[in-house]
Order: sequence, then structure tokens, then C-alpha cells
Amino acid sequence: MTQSTQRMSQVPDAQGRFGEGRYGGRYVPETLMAALELLGASYEAARADDRFQAELASMLRHYAGRPTPLYFARRLTEHYNGGRIYLKREDLAHTGSHKINNTLGQCLLAVRMGKKRVIAETGAGQHGVATATAAAVLGLSCRVYMGTEDVRRQQLNVFRMKMLGAEVVEVSAGSATLKDATNEAMRDWMASSADTHYVIGSVVGPDPFPRMVRDFQAIIGREAREQMIEQAGRRPDVVIACVGGGSNAAGIFYTFVDEPSVRLIGVEAGGRGMALGDNSASLTAGHPGVLHGALTYVLSTDDGQTAPAHSIAAGLDYPGTGPEHSYWKDAGRVEYVTRNDNHALTAFSRLCRMEGLIPALESAHAIACLDLVAPQTSKDQLIVVNLSGRGDKDCAEVMRLTK
Amino acid sequence: MTKLETTLRSRVSAGERMLAPFVTAGYPNIAATAAILRAIDDLGLGCVEVGIPFSDPVADGPTIQASFTAALNAGLTVESVFAELGKLAGLVTPRIAMVSFTIAFRWGVQRFLQRAAAAGFAGVLFPDLPLGVEPEVGRLANDAGLANVMLVAPTSPPGRAREIAAASTGFVYYLSVAGITGERRELPADLPENVRQLKAAGGGKPVFVGFGIGRADQVAQVTAVADGAIVGSALVRRITQSIEAGQSADQIAGQVREYVAELSKGLPGKK
Repeated sequence: MTQSTQRMSQVPDAQGRFGEGRYGGRYVPETLMAALELLGASYEAARADDRFQAELASMLRHYAGRPTPLYFARRLTEHYNGGRIYLKREDLAHTGSHKINNTLGQCLLAVRMGKKRVIAETGAGQHGVATATAAAVLGLSCRVYMGTEDVRRQQLNVFRMKMLGAEVVEVSAGSATLKDATNEAMRDWMASSADTHYVIGSVVGPDPFPRMVRDFQAIIGREAREQMIEQAGRRPDVVIACVGGGSNAAGIFYTFVDEPSVRLIGVEAGGRGMALGDNSASLTAGHPGVLHGALTYVLSTDDGQTAPAHSIAAGLDYPGTGPEHSYWKDAGRVEYVTRNDNHALTAFSRLCRMEGLIPALESAHAIACLDLVAPQTSKDQLIVVNLSGRGDKDCAEVMRLTK
Repeated sequence: MTKLETTLRSRVSAGERMLAPFVTAGYPNIAATAAILRAIDDLGLGCVEVGIPFSDPVADGPTIQASFTAALNAGLTVESVFAELGKLAGLVTPRIAMVSFTIAFRWGVQRFLQRAAAAGFAGVLFPDLPLGVEPEVGRLANDAGLANVMLVAPTSPPGRAREIAAASTGFVYYLSVAGITGERRELPADLPENVRQLKAAGGGKPVFVGFGIGRADQVAQVTAVADGAIVGSALVRRITQSIEAGQSADQIAGQVREYVAELSKGLPGKK
């Protein structure tokens, strides 16, 4: 183990920067700087507070249903005839995805900071539902911003949020998807930060959000590592996760970044092709740029305008990614590959029929990566795929696309 | 000291208070922007802020964002802004490029600043680049002969506000309200006191106030304490109305001139 890999996890620095590329930072209007400063300090205090950590751990266990299982997918393993495939079952967490890990953490922090209200952006609606859920159980009022296009694609989640007492605000500006919902939530926060916490849903945004969301999601990797050792006597050889903003991937990778024998693969959405505007593969096809307060890989034009993104999976349909992923990419610690819309649909169907699991279309991209990876592995190797969410929300869209 | 700051300081010393209108570059097209800049050049303005459209303007309200989207949908490029406005000869009003740092970063910051200077801009304002995030930018702007105007928010702690006032060049831009651009019925009660403190902290650097200003009486209220008043959304809204009424570039420019002249009546000593 080299010294530099030993330190891979020791980021970001005091300025919220990841690595030599200086990814991250706080590229925000001055109006937000005081709120970010306060949030950073409050989070550090909470992180070091045993009572806060115990309360979060208790909520995760008794309310959210953690630990989620690590499941050996026998039929999928037989299908590929390579390494043993295990699925980290985040689809079984309350609300149906890993998002609850983060929203419980941030909403508990909001309560600790004395905030009465939370706001959030959402793409697929999973983060919106998870925020509405945490807000309900902790007695906070909640508003969720969601692009008009996503409201259409994810009707079920819109109803769920409303039933949970959240107000859902449609955003029709720009491309009417996740990036525009994020703009709108940041605008709200600029005027409301005195009594409102902004629950960002991924490892994106200005510091301290990328490190805070990563920390709240890192439980996925800690559990997976422990469960793998318990079930197979050793660490996994390969860990695979889908990457949009990148929170489920950051969560499962973080524990392993200091263990170079573990191969880490992030799967971006290849959409309908690799031309600008046809995919959401910012790490594969983008350039360093600034989006939503952080320096990171972004899909943008030569002129610096954010390009439209596309993916069949609303939760991956985002033209940027977390700054820590940009750091891992440049450092060569994580491999980033793409799987397109069709690959994801095929994997969706395969997992349904072979394992009786309906995956989220986002997670189906990680399953689809097995086509590339599993044949390269020997039968004694161990592969963990993060099944980040369940696919009930996607059934209508999949039926529409496959009929 | 940048040329912009020297000019503004001497006008402030002479007891002047100034207006600084904001226009969106390329809205509805870059020829109309040039026509507007020509039409308002003789109104004695402190400067004109030229907003370079960005796809994701976090600090802007719906009026300015819609103008950005319209300009970009019409195919506007940053280079076309520089090329066309660079042709404007003989105008006396300094121009400030208000532009997302994202765009300058993608261009290469130094290349972007040099191009802006060559196109006749006197300064830049990056609304998404707060103090301390890219410490080199102030020096690079200065090397290019540009002022680097920085923002102070009502949420900025006093110590930080003083640091920003010291680092900003040209003038200090004080945000009247926490939130996004857009007209407001009332301006905050603590505005005069905050501006007074900032002027004291800035060592004579002019302080302009923006966000929420759209009427002559608000201009009067602001310039009773500040050196200048910035008007953005209210002006862009009038451009939008002119476009919707099917007006030509010259007619739009005429409307803008009329509105800016009306606002000028709020300046001390003007009627």
C-alpha cells in the first residue's frame, strides 16, 4: 500500500477541496457563505458528538431498517459464470433507496441547529420522498423542488411526497429536470437560510455538502465490508455502483478507497449515445467546471454553458457529479464506465426474472456493468453491486418504453 | 488603482450619486444590446452592468433568468458578446461584465479576462465567486486592466464585509436583500446603517447598492446613503414588455432610455 493511497480518504481539506484538482469548494453567491460556514461548523460538532451519532444510529436501525442485507445472487452468478455476485440491498431501506441514510442525518442536524423547515431538490423523486419522510418523523415542514419533466415521469413519488405532508413545487425553468430543481432550491435557501436547512440529496453542491452526504452514506460500505467478511471470510474484489450525483457510489466506495486491492467501478449513464446532450456521463465525457457551487466534472459546451443531460433513469439525469468522484477519477482510484439506456433496460429485466428483484433504473446501470466485469473474474472472486433502490417508481416508465 | 475606480471616486468626491443599470447581453439580440448601450450613454451613469447569459444563474430571479434562457436559445455565444460590444466606439459609460465564474473557468480565467478587456470592458463581476475561493482572480483582473467588483451580502459578518470591501476594486456592490434578484416593494430598514458601515470600512471606495430597486423613490432612498443604485430586473422586465409588443431594437433602446431617465430623477439634485 503506497502512502498516497493510504491517504485517499483524508479529504477534503479545510477549504472543502478534494485533491490536486482542487475539486469542490464554495462557488456560491456571497449571500450563502455565512449559512455554509455555520452548517460546516454545526456538522463538525455533530459528527464529534456521541449523542448525535447514537441518535442517528438508532433511527437508522429501528426506523430505516438498517443494516440492509448483503445478498448472494445465485442465479445471476450462474448466468455470468464468473465471480460470486452479491447485492447490497439498499432497496430494502425505508422509502426504497439509500437516500434515507442521508436525509435522516441531515434532518437530525437541522433539528440540532434549531431549523423549523427543510427544502430539497429531487430528480427521480427518491430523495424528495426520503426528505419528506425524515421531515415528517422529525416534525419539520418540508418543500421539495422537482422539474416538470420529472414530475411527469415519477408521478408515484409525487403522490408519496404529498401524502407525507410535503409541498411539491414544479420547476419549469431551463430543462425542467434535476439541475433546474437544484437551482431553485438554492435560490430558496438564499432567502430562507435563517430558519431553513437545505437537504441536498447527493455528494454535490458547495462544501460542506459533499463530505457531509458522503459521511452519512458511508454506512453502506462499512456494512458491506463487514458482511462480506462475515459471509466469505474476506473483503470483496470488486465493488460496483451507479453514479449520477454519486451518493450511493460514494457511500459504498468510501470505506474501500484506502484498500487498493478492492477494484472500484462507477457506472455512469450512457443514455442514447456519447454525443453532448445524449448522456449523463460527466466523468467520462465532461470537463472540469463549476456547477451548483462546486468545481467538478460537468457536461458543458465549449462556452461554459451547462449542457442538457439525458438518461432513462431520472436520478442519473444530471450534468455534473460529486467533486470527490472527480478526485477519485483523476487519481485513478475508481474506474468510471458507461452503460446506456438499453443496457439498463436489459439488466432491469434480467434482475426481475432471475432474482425476483425489481431494481430502480438507476441501479440497473450498475447491474448492467456486470456484462463488462463478471466475465473477467474467476469463480472465487467476490463482486458486490450496490442495489441502491427499488424500481416500483419506474414500472410505468419501463412499461411505456418496452411495449 | 483601476481606471474605473479612479473615475468613480472622483465623481463621488464631487458629490455625485449615480445610477448603474443592468442589461442582459443578447436580449433579444446583441444588436439591441448595442443600441441600448448607445441610447443611455449620455445619461451620466456610473457604469452599465452587462449580464452575460448563463444556463444556471443561481443568484438571479425569474425575470433575468428568462432573459438569459431566451438569449441562449437564440444562439448567443460569449465571443459574440465580446465581438459586437467591442465595436462600440466613443461611448463614455464604463461597462462591467457580470458573468458566472463557470464561463470564465471554461474559457481559462486569464484568457477570458484579457478578451473582456480587449472588448472594452472596464471590470468584471463574478456573482458566484465569493472572497477567498479563487484568490488569484483579483490579481489576474488587475493585470488585465479590469476592476474585480465583489459582492457584500446582508448576511456577511462585519469582519468579512470589511475584507470584501478591501479586496473589491472599482466599487463595492452591496446586496440590499438576502435572496435573488428581482423588484421588491420595500427595501430593508437596516440598509442605510449597513451601507454607512461599509463605506467607512472601504476607505472611500464607492459603494453601490443593488437587488430589489425599481422606482425613482427607491433610487432616492438608496442614494441618500450609497454612492450608486443598480437597477436590473425592473429594467429587464421593461425590455421584455417591449419585445412582447413587437418593438424594434431602436424602440427597445428608446424605452430603456426613458425608464433610466425616469429613475435618474431619484438621484439627489436631479428633478
